[in-house]
Amino acid sequence: MNTYAIRAIYLFEMARTWRTWMQSIASPVLSTSLYFIVFGSAIGSRMVAIDGVGYAAFIVPGLIMLTVLTESTSNASFGIYMPKFSGTIYEILSAPISAIEIVLGYVGAAASKSIIIGIIILITARFFVDFTIMHPFWMIAFLVLTSITFSLFGFMIGIWADSFEKLQVFPMMIVAPLTFLGGSFYSINMLPPVWQTITLFNPVVYLVSGFRWSFYGVADVNVGLSLTMIAVFMLICLGIITWMFRTGYKVKV
Amino acid sequence: MENSIISVRNLSKIYPSGLHALKNINLEIKRGEIFALLGPNGAGKTTLISTLCGIVNPGSGEALVDGLDIVRDYREARKRIGLVPQELSVAMFESVWATVAFSRGIFGKAPDATVIEQVLRDLSLWDKRSSKIMTLSGGMKRRVLIAKALAHEPQVLFLDEPTAGVDVELRRDMWQMIRRLRERGTTIILTTHYIDEAEEMADRIGVINKGEIMLVEDKDVLMQKLGKKQLTLQLQQPASALPPELSSYGLALSENGEQLVYTYDKDKEHGQIASLLRKLHELGIEFRDLHTTQSSLEDIFVNLVGEKA
Repeated sequence: MNTYAIRAIYLFEMARTWRTWMQSIASPVLSTSLYFIVFGSAIGSRMVAIDGVGYAAFIVPGLIMLTVLTESTSNASFGIYMPKFSGTIYEILSAPISAIEIVLGYVGAAASKSIIIGIIILITARFFVDFTIMHPFWMIAFLVLTSITFSLFGFMIGIWADSFEKLQVFPMMIVAPLTFLGGSFYSINMLPPVWQTITLFNPVVYLVSGFRWSFYGVADVNVGLSLTMIAVFMLICLGIITWMFRTGYKVKV
Repeated sequence: MENSIISVRNLSKIYPSGLHALKNINLEIKRGEIFALLGPNGAGKTTLISTLCGIVNPGSGEALVDGLDIVRDYREARKRIGLVPQELSVAMFESVWATVAFSRGIFGKAPDATVIEQVLRDLSLWDKRSSKIMTLSGGMKRRVLIAKALAHEPQVLFLDEPTAGVDVELRRDMWQMIRRLRERGTTIILTTHYIDEAEEMADRIGVINKGEIMLVEDKDVLMQKLGKKQLTLQLQQPASALPPELSSYGLALSENGEQLVYTYDKDKEHGQIASLLRKLHELGIEFRDLHTTQSSLEDIFVNLVGEKA
């Protein structure tokens, strides 16, 4: 194992985060906080409680997920896309480093950043909204697993993308809508039966539901199923990335 | 081979586009030498280097670096190699120090500030260590790339077109730096399409064209073997015809009869000139000036590539 290489990539990526902290940390935290102010403090008091949880508190886990998912995807994809775009990837390719080590460096850094953002948002939310965390261990577990899984997903996108536009398509056009429609702002039990069934094809439903369960002990779908779905999605991403490295997909001929 | 640091055997590469970039390449690079790979654009120079460095997958055949297979033992093989690419690809927002330290890390070496300091000082980059790379000039960026390639103390350094688009002064600097590296025992392989660069720098020269190695030779031998050398004598009195006594020398008389041109014959070089000059003296043919010309590597190269193309 080339641990110095993993460390070098990880630190390089984290340095990029600190260098651009306004954009990479402050901006997602601020925009999520706006939701807490508008839906939590302002409108939330007029909304009925869902599953016995006040509306402002109900949306906290979903909003954290929304940011963690989009940030993981866009950050990890950008991390590996940039060397491809600028040509510095030559160095990664010529280094004595395996595919696993490359993924550990890039995905590890992207996931770390998402976890940091998630925790900052959680703390910020407490200023506007009153909520409790019933299962702190599972809360952290869901946060970490989701960050890693979607960073893997983003890494995959970054290898696939050959333009900045394609890089933006996934987080903005797919991940964000799926999160909005994945029960971040409502319980899927509130939907008509047909839509409830359709919604179950949205993988984000399982993440939001499981994450909310760790806060309030209520869930749209079984927690075990949530964990299984995260594991399945993670394995799919790992499988595709392995295939990409085996074939040299878009990186090496 | 014992003293080879790089052995390439029957290496071929066909790109997915169908381009046959390397055709059955066989090449031995000796430990500690400066080897110039010379060829026109698109000859396969960069493909060959990229394959040895792990950027391009080899098609068929094999390559060893210090006896280690570049595919099977890629970790150990690549640790021995440093690569300076042709393009100025560097992380623009990083500082010089950070990017060089990064390179040392991904090549699996423990952080070592003294090594990095030494590399930066050698390349006159020490004063710029905290500067962001985007603020540096093109020449400085190229030095940064060299520093990155040297950060893990490789035994072999590949320089892909090191002086392309570089001004004359920097080019001289670069040549000096390459010589210094060689003095320390680093093997250097450079590609170039500037023939004077190969002529100036290399111990041995390989000519590559259309994916094939056309020849590999010591530079001096190559120059001697293929370089045409001529002696031109400016005659005091124009001659109307060559005296029959001189017929055995293969001389040529210029049209106006003022110049006598002798072409050195590499097979019977010994004593020919002396004997010719004695003969001229005996015949009373006076000359007021003489000069010799030797064809440069450029002429050799054009001949070689032109002939087989």
